[in-house]
Amino acid sequence: MDYFIELLFSGLTRGSIYALIALGYTMVYGIIGLINFAHGEIYMIGAFTAFIVATVLSIYGFPLPAIIIIAGIAAVVWSSSYGYTIEKIAYKPLRYAPRLSPLISAIGMSIFLQNYILLAQTSDFLPFPRLIPDFPFMEPIAHIVGSTDLVILVTTVIVMVALTFIIKFTLIGKAMRATAQDRTMATLVGINVNRVISATFIIGSGLAAIGGLLIASHIGQINFYIGFLAGIKAFTAAVLGGIGSIPGAVLGSLILGLTESFATGYVSSDYEDVFAFSLLVLILIFKPSGLLGKASNQKV
Amino acid sequence: MKFTVSRKFLSTAACVMLALSAPALSSAGDTIKFGIAGPHSGDLASYGLPSAAAAKLVIDKVNANGGINGKKIEILKEDDVCKPEIATNTATKLVSSGVEVVLGHICSGATVAAMPIYKDAGILVMSPSATSDELTYSGKYPNFFRTIAPNAAQSPAMIDFAINKLGFKKIAIVHDKGDYGKPLAEGAKLYVEKSGKGKVVLFEGITPGAMDYSAIVQKIKESGAEVVVFGGYHPEASKIVSIMNKKRLKAKFVSDDGVKDDTFIKVAGADAEGVYAAGPQDNSANPLALKAKEEHKAAFNSDPGAFYEGAYAATMAMLNAIEKAGSTKLEDLKKVLQTEKVDTPVGAVSFDQKGDAIGVGFSMYVVEKGKYVVAK
Repeated sequence: MDYFIELLFSGLTRGSIYALIALGYTMVYGIIGLINFAHGEIYMIGAFTAFIVATVLSIYGFPLPAIIIIAGIAAVVWSSSYGYTIEKIAYKPLRYAPRLSPLISAIGMSIFLQNYILLAQTSDFLPFPRLIPDFPFMEPIAHIVGSTDLVILVTTVIVMVALTFIIKFTLIGKAMRATAQDRTMATLVGINVNRVISATFIIGSGLAAIGGLLIASHIGQINFYIGFLAGIKAFTAAVLGGIGSIPGAVLGSLILGLTESFATGYVSSDYEDVFAFSLLVLILIFKPSGLLGKASNQKV
Repeated sequence: MKFTVSRKFLSTAACVMLALSAPALSSAGDTIKFGIAGPHSGDLASYGLPSAAAAKLVIDKVNANGGINGKKIEILKEDDVCKPEIATNTATKLVSSGVEVVLGHICSGATVAAMPIYKDAGILVMSPSATSDELTYSGKYPNFFRTIAPNAAQSPAMIDFAINKLGFKKIAIVHDKGDYGKPLAEGAKLYVEKSGKGKVVLFEGITPGAMDYSAIVQKIKESGAEVVVFGGYHPEASKIVSIMNKKRLKAKFVSDDGVKDDTFIKVAGADAEGVYAAGPQDNSANPLALKAKEEHKAAFNSDPGAFYEGAYAATMAMLNAIEKAGSTKLEDLKKVLQTEKVDTPVGAVSFDQKGDAIGVGFSMYVVEKGKYVVAK
């Protein structure tokens, strides 16, 4: 039973890691129907920014909570700026182009950002400082759930609740839902669609930055390539849960994380990815729009 | 629509063809072209850059003394980022540039991918670090030599250390499913079973580059292993070691020469303490090794990295062979390499019929206070 609980929490942590990134994918897709492949790179840029800021601040001897907060804010601001700029440069000009064009543009942006960071920073693996200390009260169960696992889990829940609240109960959320339903109509009723889309990108990128900070603290190392690897899994999770749906992204991520964890624990780590992707294929065969996704209705 | 060949198209095509033929126009014969292939960028660059530095130091010295048989040595460096699919392009580029010998590649997978191209061109290749057994044991690559012992010598060294020196009985073997880690792990498994003194309680592969390895660590814990033997590279090793400490797993970690790298210590930080890794034999008593280290410090202001001594030795051996043979033909070079002993930083080396260096082996190292030291 102990083993099961350990694997359960491993899976939940892994799922939360995917969820923090998947939420950004799903938000952007929901509003403009684009898979933002560069989202993984925004996450990576957030991690790098947090790394640079945290390293500089720790040299100056700031206390740990201050470092986390300042590095977090810096990462969010930086990543959001990147997200906003990417949207304006790579996606806005292609908004009325055939669906494939912005997709290719996104892939190109992803490769560009990876190589930009590779050249501007370094190709080395960099050790990310342990910004989240070991909480003493967790010591008895530290071998099952560590302090970073707990922080990531809690953050994912908070973020999901906050996002759902924003989408359901605020004006900007209503504008986002309207834009997602019918962009032309939304313009006609007076919604500034450009602003809404920019806001979506900014929120999504901010989330990715927070994810970058937390996940990098958990894993302990960053590298220019982490965005690509994280992005693939998170995208899969978002599709599994129903791309465009926020609870779907979290559900899909948790299911993916748990499947991988149990597959490793009870079968073999060799087949971890096989199980994860077979599950994706199975779910899509029976529910093509994902677990919580809405089947797109064709408007005549 | 009539398709007409426009003037712009013709002139562009002419320029492109001229540019492509330019490398072939460079005259052969007045320099000896020495190729260096390995990862010089990317996440495994720390494996390849020291070898390139070693070759440059040796070659600069030789050129300063007038070159070999009156000819200067020209270095052609190509980056393969340790990826097999890029390594084939690297090899093709080097061959078409007219290299006569090659130092490389560094990673086993990349080397195996590139070897057929060098073999067809009849070019001598010597690696300071590729340990995959099939490179010399299969007989498929008569033009391949190396100044590092093969995996067949590494796995026994690791297992022998874990069982006899550290006294562990329950061993978990983990690998990264790649061309380097998996055969090493399989060799280790065989060796444990042959020794009869230990038991393999877990044998699994992990996906390199994954974000979280806590599931496999929990599985290792569940298996009751006292030691984890890992075949693979340092990025995965550092992630696993840090999760092992996070989950309070007390088992020891024994790994291969891919992990005996200072980048591992830098990235894993405090979690690297107490990690064991196999590495090229300890040559700190060899005066040539000390001299080579001083040369690196003087030229680059830092200590040399992984495989530096092996690359230094390989370059010396190849240049000696070219000098004694008076040619760069594969058969002539092989004769010298297999008969003559060259004093190098890794000892007095000559090579056997398969291409392995005689007299090099593996030592076990441990991370103590943030540095790798020879494990007693």
